Amino acid sequence: MATHDVRITVNGAPQEGAVESRLLLVHWLRDVLRLTGTHIGCDTTHCGACTVLLDGEPVKSCTVLAVQADGREVQTVEGLEQNGTLHPLQEGFQQEHGLQCGFCTPGMLMTGRALLDRNADPSEADIRQAISGNLCRCTGYVSIVKSVEYAAAKLREGSAS
Amino acid sequence: MIPSAFDYHAPDTLDEAVALLERHGDEAKVLSGGQSLLPLLKLRLGDAGHLVDIGRIPGLTGITEADGYLRIGGATREADLERSDLIREKYPILLDTAAVIADPLVRNRATVGGNLAHGDPANDHPATMLALDAEVVARGPRGERTIPITRFFTGLFATALAPAEILTEIRIPVPPPRSGGAYVKLERKVGDYATAAAAVQVTLGGQGEIARIGIGLTNAGPTPIEATAAEGSLRGRQPDAAAIAEAARLAADATSPSADRRGSVEYKRDMARVLTGRAIHKAVQRAGGQ
Ligand SMILES: Cc1cc2nc3c(=O)[nH]c(=O)nc-3n(C[C@H](O)[C@H](O)[C@H](O)COP(=O)(O)OP(=O)(O)OC[C@H]3O[C@@H](n4cnc5c(N)ncnc54)[C@H](O)[C@@H]3O)c2cc1C
Ligand code: FES
Ligand code: FES
Repeated sequence: MATHDVRITVNGAPQEGAVESRLLLVHWLRDVLRLTGTHIGCDTTHCGACTVLLDGEPVKSCTVLAVQADGREVQTVEGLEQNGTLHPLQEGFQQEHGLQCGFCTPGMLMTGRALLDRNADPSEADIRQAISGNLCRCTGYVSIVKSVEYAAAKLREGSAS
Repeated sequence: MIPSAFDYHAPDTLDEAVALLERHGDEAKVLSGGQSLLPLLKLRLGDAGHLVDIGRIPGLTGITEADGYLRIGGATREADLERSDLIREKYPILLDTAAVIADPLVRNRATVGGNLAHGDPANDHPATMLALDAEVVARGPRGERTIPITRFFTGLFATALAPAEILTEIRIPVPPPRSGGAYVKLERKVGDYATAAAAVQVTLGGQGEIARIGIGLTNAGPTPIEATAAEGSLRGRQPDAAAIAEAARLAADATSPSADRRGSVEYKRDMARVLTGRAIHKAVQRAGGQ
């Protein structure tokens, strides 16, 4: 069995270990690091429930090998909350009813995070475009868009004051 | 799902990558963005003993104009095309294409070279590259060679690349003034492969006539199709409604789609006709014509 030693920074903390070549990044996060916030919703790279940020960009972690992330930085939903304070996106999803079952939510949050990192004042069209690879089967996208808008406004307020 | 076991290599140089591909022969596959290959391996529709990841080789990415060509590195990601000012300003046909490939998450990994090398007639870049009359640069055990895009797609999931060859660059002749292009795709939803799609690149002559035209069609048969009869019908002619309609009809005649959940053969052929007409119209407009 071919294994490789990897060093991957996850939510700011370096993690080291040996991984099998075929191990998917999502399985490494969930099964090895026990970061089960990142979900698996399909077998065909369609749903985006597994979205994490790889060097700051949202990708489907079910379609990246763990070994491909060697030397790189991964951010997962667990890294959003800081010292017991929810990230404005998390707050937005709470306030604007951006989730029902919550299955798609970690992916939506991470995609939203990458969008807001690039664009502090996204239009509705920008948000819809950004989340077009993240499927939600229950909430509907209207509340999700509002949740992201809430977070964008809150972040802008924060940086203005 | 979990792929069957394979070994993974991440060479730092092209020479090393080519040597690995040669050493492992039929067992080896290039891994680029992995957005076609990893889903196949996960579903166990494909198999590989060795993956040679070209993602850590410097010099395989980038979008530049030099020596009369637009040069796109083989491992350049779709997201990079979308964000490039050069592409936005001068190559709207490529922006049209990148924007309708898969979804934004997939486009953060998927590469332009992989989109061609996969040899999938449902992929979107092949038609654009046919319209743009691109060349593909391949590096293998016997050095480098250039393959015209018209000779690149040899069958369903088959290309002119030899087993140990790596697609390192795509070269597109810089279009002369009064040129324009467009890619128009019909899809059921974001992330879907085309029901039908047409890529058109034109250059207008002094009287507004079509001086040069390239037309490529996606998902219209076992390989990407260049609609040569349609191109011929427009060359030297004014792109008026009748001429465009005639070319669109000839493009549809060149298709041999198969029926699936996206539609019947008749429907897909008719969509190829409609989309070709729209793409010609848009390309002519972008070239500064009517
Ligand atoms: C949900 C989803 C939807 C998609 N929708 C679309 C769509 O609408 N339109 C579309 O065009 N594509 C679509 N794709 C495919 C996606 O764009 C692919 O990633 C792309 O076609 C292949 O690029 P890659 O870099 O990921 O290649 P990989 O998956 O890494 O490789 C694909 C194949 O090409 C070979 N290869 C890759 N790069 C090279 C190279 N430089 N030299 C030699 N061989 C190479 C590999 O060995 C492999 O056989 C979709 C994918 C997904 C997961
Ligand atoms: S689990 Fe569905 S895209 Fe990754
Ligand atoms: S909240 Fe249930 S899938 Fe989105």
